[in-house]
This record gives sequence, C-alpha cells and structure tokens, in this order.
Amino acid sequence: MSNQNKRKIILEKRLQTPKWIGLLVTVVSVFAALIFSSVFLQMTGQNPFEVYRVMFKSAFGSSYGFSETLVKAIPLMMASFGIAMAFKMVIWNIGAEGQLLLGALAASVIALSFPNLPSIPLIVLMMIAAMIAGGLWALIPGLAKSYWNVNEVITSLMLNYVAINIIDYFVYGPLKNPYGSNFPETETFVRNAWLPTFASTRVHLGIIFALLTAIILYFVLNKTRWGYEVKVIGESRNVARYSGMDIKKNIILVMMVSGALAGLGGMTEVSGVVHKLDPHLSIGLGYSAIIVAWLSKLNPFVIVVVSILFGGLINGGFSIQMHGIPAATATMLQGAILFFVLGGDIFARYKIRIIK
Amino acid sequence: MTFNMLIAILAAAITSGTPILFAALGEIVTEKSGVQNLGLEGMMLVGAVSGFMMGYLTHNLFLAVLVAALGGGILALIHSFITITLKANQVVSGLALTIFGTGLSGYLGKPYIGMPAPVKFEIVPIPILSKIPVIGTIFFNHNLLVYFSYILIFVLWFYIYRTRQGLNLRATGENPGAADSLGVNVFRLRYLYTVIGGMLAGIGGAYLSLASAPSWVENMSGGRGWLAVALVIFAVWNPARAVFGAYLFGGVEALGYRMQAIGVTVSPFFLNMMPYLLTIIVLIIVTINTQHKHIGEPEALGKSYDREER
Repeated sequence: MSNQNKRKIILEKRLQTPKWIGLLVTVVSVFAALIFSSVFLQMTGQNPFEVYRVMFKSAFGSSYGFSETLVKAIPLMMASFGIAMAFKMVIWNIGAEGQLLLGALAASVIALSFPNLPSIPLIVLMMIAAMIAGGLWALIPGLAKSYWNVNEVITSLMLNYVAINIIDYFVYGPLKNPYGSNFPETETFVRNAWLPTFASTRVHLGIIFALLTAIILYFVLNKTRWGYEVKVIGESRNVARYSGMDIKKNIILVMMVSGALAGLGGMTEVSGVVHKLDPHLSIGLGYSAIIVAWLSKLNPFVIVVVSILFGGLINGGFSIQMHGIPAATATMLQGAILFFVLGGDIFARYKIRIIK
Repeated sequence: MTFNMLIAILAAAITSGTPILFAALGEIVTEKSGVQNLGLEGMMLVGAVSGFMMGYLTHNLFLAVLVAALGGGILALIHSFITITLKANQVVSGLALTIFGTGLSGYLGKPYIGMPAPVKFEIVPIPILSKIPVIGTIFFNHNLLVYFSYILIFVLWFYIYRTRQGLNLRATGENPGAADSLGVNVFRLRYLYTVIGGMLAGIGGAYLSLASAPSWVENMSGGRGWLAVALVIFAVWNPARAVFGAYLFGGVEALGYRMQAIGVTVSPFFLNMMPYLLTIIVLIIVTINTQHKHIGEPEALGKSYDREER
C-alpha cells in the first residue's frame, strides 16, 4: 500500500458498555441533534434560539405549561410501554397509532352506550374494552408474524391507515353527534365517563395508570419467567428454541399486550382529555412513542422521563405555531433526535481509536 | 361497466401506480445491495415538497424533478451514513427518516400550502403508438414521467441481471464478505445504491406534487411509501414484477375514485382503506408461498457489514 502513513480510524467493540457512557452518549446525541437543527433553522430564516426558547418556555416554563406537557406525556407513555415490550423481543410493532385509535373507539362506544352506569364500573368497562380492542388490532400482525413469518413492520403500519379510516367512518357516520353542528365528532361523554383530573389542571388519573404500568412492566420484564423468555427470544431466536421456549405463542402474547397498552392510552385520551371521539385524537402520538421507546433503551422508568420531555416537545410544537413557525418543526426535531441517538450509539458500542 | 370505462380505469391505474412504482424500483435497488430503507415515505414527501418549490421558483419541470431526486438522495445519504458507517439498526433508522422527512417537508412546504403548481406534467400522447386501439389509450397517453418509468423498468432489470455491475450489486446484498474478498467495495456500493434508491423515491414524490395532484399538501404521500416497501416483497425484488403490483395498487385507488364518482353506495372510508387491506392480504399470501423457497430476498438484507466479523 502506498498510504502507509495515513492515519486510520479503528473501531474496537466494547465487551461491556458502562452505564454512564450509554447515558452520556444519549444526552450528547440529543444536544447534537438540537445544534444540527438550529443550523438548519437558521439557514431557513428562523431564529433557532427563539424557537427553542418559546418551545421550552411553553412546555416547562409555567405550571400550566408543565401540566399540559404531562397531559401529552400520558398517551406517549402508554404507547411507548407497549412498543418497548415488543421491541425487547425484536418484534417491530409500528402500529401503536392504530392500536391507540381503536382503543379510543372502543372506549367511546362503551361511554356512549351505557351513559347510566355509575362512574367506576363505566370507566373500568371502558378500560377493558380499549385494551381488548387495541390487543386484537395488534393480534392481526402478531398472528401473521408468528404463523407465517409475515413482515410485521408493514402489516402493523398498514393497519394504522386502516384504523384512521375506521375512526373516520364512525365519527362521520354511526357515532356522529346527532345534536351537534357538522363537525365529525361524537357527543360529549356523560360526566361519569370522565377520568378525574388533578386540581384545576387537565392532568388526569391516566398518569397514575401510566406510573403503575411502568412499575408492573419493570417487574414483569425483570423478575418473571415470562419477562426472561421475552428477553432471551429477543437476544437469540435459536437459543430460545433450543431451551424449549414457545416463540410463536410469545410473539402473539407480546403483540397483544403491546396493543392493549396502546389501546389503554387511547382510552385515557378520550376519557381524560377530549371527552369525545374526534378524528384528530392522535396526530402521530404512536410514532413519537416509537422514538421515546428507543431513546429510553426500552426501560419503563426511563420511558416515563423521556415521555415527559417529548410531551414538552409536542406541546412546544403547538405553541410555536402562534409565533408563525410551522408545527412540523417539532416533528423534524423528533426525527433528528432519533437519528443522532441512533448514530451516536456507535460510541457506546465501540471504542474509537486513531492509529498511525 | 362498459368496455370504455374498463380501459379508462386501466389507464388510471398506471397514472396512480407510477409514484409507487418509482419508490418501489428505488427500494429494490437499495435492498439488492443489502440495505433496507424504510424511509421511503419521508423521502417521497421531501421529493414532493422540494420538487414543488423548485417548480415554483424556476417554472422548469426538469430542474424540479432533479431537485426532488436530490432531496430524496440527501435523505438516503443520512440513512447510509447511520446504517453503513455507524452500523446502526436499519429498521429504526428508516423510521427516523420517515418521521424526519415528514417534519422537514411540513416545515419547508408551509408557505406553499394551497398554491396551485405554476408548472405541471401534462399528458403527452406518443405519436402513432397512442393511436393503437386499447393499448394506445392505456399505455401511451400519459405524462413524461410515466414514460420515464417504462424506460427505467427495462434499464434497471437489464442492469441488475445482465451487467457486471449488477452482479456486484447482487453479490453485495447476498454475501458481502465474499464480494469484499473479490475486490468489490461493499461500503461504497451500498452508499451508492441507497442514494440512488432515495433519488427514485424523491422522483416518485415529485410525481405526486407535479403530476397527479399539482399542489403541495402536507403528508400528501398518504402511505404510498409504505405501500412501496410492501411492493418490493410482492415483486420478490425483481423490477419487472414490481410493475404489476404498482399498477394493481393504482387500479384499486382509481377504482375507488370511479365508484364514488358514479355514486356507488360504499362508504368512501372503506374504499380508502382498500389499498392497505389489500397489501396486508397479498403480503400474507406471498409470504406463505415464498417462505421455504428462499427466493428473492437478498441474504444479507438488513445486516450491517463488518469486516472484522466476516
């Protein structure tokens, strides 16, 4: 070779990544994404500091802003828990958006059908219905994956588009508010179907459900035989097979749990926030939840924290619109953050050496 | 249904299927090299918005398509860097690309919402050929991008299966280690074909904003990028077979519009979900049929190549 003196970059695989390096890399990556995006914002004629300042201030700068951020974080957490569960087994459930919507639909049908039930049984019934609906919606890609090895990325994603059309069908048709104007939405639920809120905020009981779910999920994943199976199947299908684990059954089970959690997120959204079903219930929450799950390294407690940060990002995205900055900026930031975290991970997995 | 209407629907199937075809052809090239890029939806959207903007600024369709291709290509370059150089997970990077592209296109396109395209691809009947009964109306009475896609199908098929470079491309996706030891630069080829795939997706996007509905609407691709991802599997990674799938999707879409137009009493929402339901059903059937034969799918698809681990 002629270039003997050329410096070379060598990647050396780490045998074990210390926890603090993983965390450091993630934090640095997020900041790098913000810097990258600020250059882009600057180039397209926005003042990046102003954009970030407005977003941050409206998301975390006041108690009202923070409460709204928490409201956005609740469905993110629920959907993200489900996604993390599936991703842990390397099952790519991209269908949280649709599962959440179907959960919201089922909860709405219950709320509108049984307006005379007392509050607690009604809400419990709504929760069960939402979880069943979300779980069954996820069962479709789950069955196809487990029995015929059909690519679940595509099937679960396609079902998102189907779900949106199902919701549209109902809110323009059978469930449309008969007394209202021409808006495509259902009647407002009776008070009994509303989740209680805290003080004067819109933060509702769903946040308690979410925190409980985080604890249960952590326990299930780390302390039970089933959680162990999920991990092993995720790490190596072959090892799992040789040790006699039923992979087919677990794929189906994990997809159903995953969908049920997203469905519950849909229920808390209609019951706790909107109090009716409308087609703009979830604008990409199911997709943001994928980023949240990945950023959190699929850890339920980290998901809680990251969901709040992303709730702030979404909340801030609405606020900057009033300053004439497109709301899509927030979506772009989410994508950029995922890119940087994904790319930055190389520093956690490898040692980088420059040799002569 | 009259015979003339059937012909009109078949012609419309080509019109509606072409953007999906462009994206699917691009993805076939990318996946043949072993890289899976699920970011088609994002690249189509960026192609659509950048093509529209360029058309708006220059009134030049050629430049508009060129910029759309560049837009898709640049996004694909990000995916290449993250998955090929930094060896990150291809599925997640593809999703990131879709989310980023959706946001980026929404951001860039904001001022152009509701504006009519100042230039657009008009129908250019091909002399003589378009006069052939039936076939002429179905195939040769379209805009220039459709004709370009016809040429592209043949060129890509020939390139992949009949040239030395095509052989290297397939080797890179089937067995990168062996290709590498024979002197093929796996990294460079994967970059190249991922970017080309992105450029074609970008052109598919430009088709949406400059030919089928000349305007910019946020999220105007409406899942077509994902349909294209599925289409690659139906086509068992063969460009010639992708044509049928793309026109089938186009046909379902076109049929939906027609049925609404003649007042068939099926819910429009049901018609809207048809392409997605159809995709799921066909995907299941195709997967069952090809499962144990190992046809089509590049052996190393979705796996980063690491020289140390060869």
